Amino acid sequence: MSDLVWLIPLFPLIGCALNGLIGRRWPEKIIGWIGSAAVGASFVVAASIFLELLGMDPGSRSVETNIYTWILSGQLNVPIGFLVDPLSVVMMMVVSGVGCIIHVYSIGYMAGEVGFRRYFTYLNLFVFAMLTLVSANNFLLMFVGWEGVGLCSYLLIGYYYEKKSASDAGKKAFVVNRVGDFGFLIGILLIFVTFGTLNFTGVFAAAPDKLTHGGTLVTLITLLLFVGATGKSAQIPLYTWLPDAMEGPTPVSALIHAATMVTAGVYMVSRLSLLYAMAPVSMTVVAVIGGATAVYAATIGITQFDIKRVLAYSTISQLGYMFMACGVGAFASGIFHLMTHAFFKALLFMAAGSVMHALSGELDMRYMGGLRKKLPYTHLTYIFGTLAIAGIFPFAGFFSKDEILFFAFERHWAFWALGAIAAIMTSFYMFRSVFMTFYGESRVTPEAAKHLHESPPIMTIPLVILAILSLVGGLVGIPIFAGLNRFGDFLAPVFAPAQAILHGAHAEAGHHEITLELGLLAVSLAIAIGGFFLARWMYITDPSVPDKVISEYPDLHEMVYHKYWVDEIYDVLFVNSIVRFSRFLWKAFDDAVIDGIVNGVAGAMRGWARGLRRVQTGLVKDYALSILFGVLLVIGYLVLR
Amino acid sequence: MESSSFPWLSFIVFVPLVGALLLLFLDRRYHTLLRWVALVTMLADLVGGIVVYWMFDTSSGAMQLSEFHRWVPSWGIAYKLGIDGISLFLIMLTVLLGPIVILASWKDIQNRVKEFLVCLLVLQTGMIGVFLSMDLFLFYVFWEVMLIPMYLLIGVWGNPARKLYAAIKFVLYTIVGSLLMLAAILVLYFMAGQATGVYTFDLLKLYDFHVPLQAQFWMFLAFFLAFAIKVPMFPFHTWLPDAHTEAPTVGSVVLAAVLLKMGTYGFVRFAIPLFPNAAIDATWWISVLAVIGIIYGAWVAMVQVDVKRLVAFSSVSHLGFVMLGMFSFTMQGVQGSILQMINHGLSTGALFLIVGIIYERRHTRLIADFGGISKVMPAFAVFFMIFTLSSIGLPGLNGFVGEFLILLGTFRVHPWYAVIAASGVIFAAVYMLWMFQRVMFGKITNPKNLGLKDLSAREVVVLLPLLAFVVWIGVYPDTFLKPMEPAVKKFIERVETKRAAVIKIENARKLTVTNSGLKLTLSGRGLTTDR
Repeated sequence: MSDLVWLIPLFPLIGCALNGLIGRRWPEKIIGWIGSAAVGASFVVAASIFLELLGMDPGSRSVETNIYTWILSGQLNVPIGFLVDPLSVVMMMVVSGVGCIIHVYSIGYMAGEVGFRRYFTYLNLFVFAMLTLVSANNFLLMFVGWEGVGLCSYLLIGYYYEKKSASDAGKKAFVVNRVGDFGFLIGILLIFVTFGTLNFTGVFAAAPDKLTHGGTLVTLITLLLFVGATGKSAQIPLYTWLPDAMEGPTPVSALIHAATMVTAGVYMVSRLSLLYAMAPVSMTVVAVIGGATAVYAATIGITQFDIKRVLAYSTISQLGYMFMACGVGAFASGIFHLMTHAFFKALLFMAAGSVMHALSGELDMRYMGGLRKKLPYTHLTYIFGTLAIAGIFPFAGFFSKDEILFFAFERHWAFWALGAIAAIMTSFYMFRSVFMTFYGESRVTPEAAKHLHESPPIMTIPLVILAILSLVGGLVGIPIFAGLNRFGDFLAPVFAPAQAILHGAHAEAGHHEITLELGLLAVSLAIAIGGFFLARWMYITDPSVPDKVISEYPDLHEMVYHKYWVDEIYDVLFVNSIVRFSRFLWKAFDDAVIDGIVNGVAGAMRGWARGLRRVQTGLVKDYALSILFGVLLVIGYLVLR
Repeated sequence: MESSSFPWLSFIVFVPLVGALLLLFLDRRYHTLLRWVALVTMLADLVGGIVVYWMFDTSSGAMQLSEFHRWVPSWGIAYKLGIDGISLFLIMLTVLLGPIVILASWKDIQNRVKEFLVCLLVLQTGMIGVFLSMDLFLFYVFWEVMLIPMYLLIGVWGNPARKLYAAIKFVLYTIVGSLLMLAAILVLYFMAGQATGVYTFDLLKLYDFHVPLQAQFWMFLAFFLAFAIKVPMFPFHTWLPDAHTEAPTVGSVVLAAVLLKMGTYGFVRFAIPLFPNAAIDATWWISVLAVIGIIYGAWVAMVQVDVKRLVAFSSVSHLGFVMLGMFSFTMQGVQGSILQMINHGLSTGALFLIVGIIYERRHTRLIADFGGISKVMPAFAVFFMIFTLSSIGLPGLNGFVGEFLILLGTFRVHPWYAVIAASGVIFAAVYMLWMFQRVMFGKITNPKNLGLKDLSAREVVVLLPLLAFVVWIGVYPDTFLKPMEPAVKKFIERVETKRAAVIKIENARKLTVTNSGLKLTLSGRGLTTDR
């Protein structure tokens, strides 16, 4: 079965081709179901490969399949090839599973949109690229998927292309990602020069010989690749595109900008865990950037009023968590959180989409409130998502977040502190969004109130499925201290070489201090509940508190609300200055200097010729005169010599 | 090679010329008939090209299907044609574009149709001749032949406002370079003749002649100028934006797709193998110019207000990549460089066709005059988007394979050049996507854009073959990389062995000089090598 892995990316590609090339006259239902079925078929194949892997010996759960040679030039030999191992299978299942649910939801959400077919074509293309990214067995094919998802992200953010802000956001996403990809590409070049191959297995096998632990080369390679990860996964300093990406249709935000694409960087770092483990400096950088992003984005999330922006900053923050997990060496926990996050964040976005749908496109939470009665399913599922992300027992986020915090503490208490601060803010802003949206007085505009309705089953059923997953999704990873972490055990062979370097030869499982872990657990639970009560007090018990706080610290609020003016700073530093300099180059250098010289040479020639032309008067007496002068000159020269 | 078989190379060179002659005898008023004759001629040429491809032995790096006829034996001038893995796909590109440009000009050109078609056909003969000539004299003849029709295309059918300025600039600029090259060719001819006793313009024989170092430098410089202007390399590029902007659509297409490749091809075929020492010594500054071209072209492209000028400056950037890869002298770099010549021909050629399609409808090229075109021309938007992405170097399409190989090959020998060049990939995304956004996205603000018709069947036929190759090269580049591999290998080997041989000869001469009394050289060398 695992040699059929190529079917997994192929199905969505077929779906994309069917809808894109010949679906022009098909009704929406057919287009939507073709798109969904294609992704569903990928999930079925991925799940059967997963079952097959389970039946295999844990040590041999790694199968490569090469389809054909893609680029062959000198020593460079890049196949179109796939790698099936626990890590890639988990990713494939998450991508195709969550992807399929979001496709179905989209049939309802996008109904009646002008570009319905275009939407599903792009969405299938995205899933194709994403599945290529996670199943590739070499760096370059991974890069193909990597840029491919960036393209689809660009196309789907700019889906409402008539809106300037949407097409701006799409372009920004693509360009910022390209900055990251630049680092990724240089990293790939460096890997090829070092190893002579781009295949993961070949690189990992040769890594102990070609690289020294903590050496400059491995540090440089991993940092360059991490630059790519900060672009795709929206980490400091390249996170600015993600909030703007909310211009896309909401299911796109759910699929691409929450559940799958943005996790690509986490996947990449985990995939290359061996290399990162050999570079302690890079590990620290990853952990610090991750932890810092987690806190930083959470602070912005607190102040936003646009429900999708709140979720966007929350995504950046949660991705920071995942990177922090990788940076402290808990790769399996990072992937675990990646999976649970895919469930609950997709859920939150789609529930927010359902709210939008009900309110004729309203996104501002200041014009919501009291919606729980009108939107019962949406309300309930949004609560599930919130409980999961806040880390309330026994929801999925509780287990994954707790695991990360535990390993962070083991590495250094400061990482734990970053995680804990981010956690309390997460809990706060999520419950804030719950209260502002579904509780309290209704602030819905009368016009929107007229059309207020719960979404159709095609949208609510996917919500319910994801809500269930958000509840039980964490159970595969409980509890660490009992040594029953099924999820971690499944992934363990992939990360074993990295763990061996990080923790020495002996395995790290079963070494946890149960009291410490239980203590940390209690603290994080207290944090989550504390966030809930704080939000309840500020937005239900005494709704005047937020305004008081703002008037107390107006400058601070202003700064955070405006996202620390980072976009503006980037504009001044990079965008405007380069554009201005380019204009200068064009006008003052290209036109004036270079072309000036070219035309100057021509002009000088013309002037010279014009001068000479005066001699050619056509009058015989002038010529005779010049002959006379010539003769005199020659004679004079001969005489005076 | 077997001389009994049909001279296919001559066939593809001269079929367009025959077509041009035929057109001369037809009545100038029957536009449709004239166009059909030209189209059929180009199609026949394409078929000839396919036959050549089919007969080509992909496992050999040697010159194939060679033809040889004595022309002016007393001066060692011959009619000699040959094709190898380096020129194969440039020929294919040229014959593929032949019918495409005739079709693309079907509606665009309405005055002096006959002369226009004759120019295109003669140009085709000149271009194919340049790629196939294995005799320096013959090469020079074709090189100049192709100049005249291009001059007329810009000067007669160009944009009335500045067409003469652009045409004259193009011709004068090119001629300055070509004359220097002619001088170098003659010097080489006499130098090789004196040394070996055989006066010949035969390229393959001249390959084996070792030009002394000092002479190599000057001759390389002359060839460099001729080809660098044609490429064009920074800072010899300013004729290009003018020529592109003022030329009619198909003029720009041919100019970008094929004519610019004359420069890069000239380096691989002539300048480098004839003068390898000088070429390798020049690596650093040529690479620097190439990298400057990549970044500079991208930046200046970014702020252009005219779509055609933007695409023209993007060519400066793309051809910087071609030059950079070629001067890495690595397998990946050179293969990538040659592939990128084809890629640039396909995607930039296609972009000029795209610009031509909206120019035909709106008679403006200013970005600001457009906006929201996607709404009224959805099929056009799809083609435009894919060619834009191809130009940006998106993986899965052609540009990526070429750029990656170039960057990899360069990185192996000069990491920093590759790093700086790679940043050009970011700016490529900026200028192309920004342009695309301003032209295609947003609301239609200009009422003139409301009634625009989407692509006609003819326009789809024009664009579709280019699209097919854009995808093909991206997904399965082996079709193209494999046939060029033996020839590229031979190219690199020739450069290396010949370079070593020349150094050996030089050292031997130096040694004799020192032995005859002057110890200066040796002691001087000793000083420098001590460091």
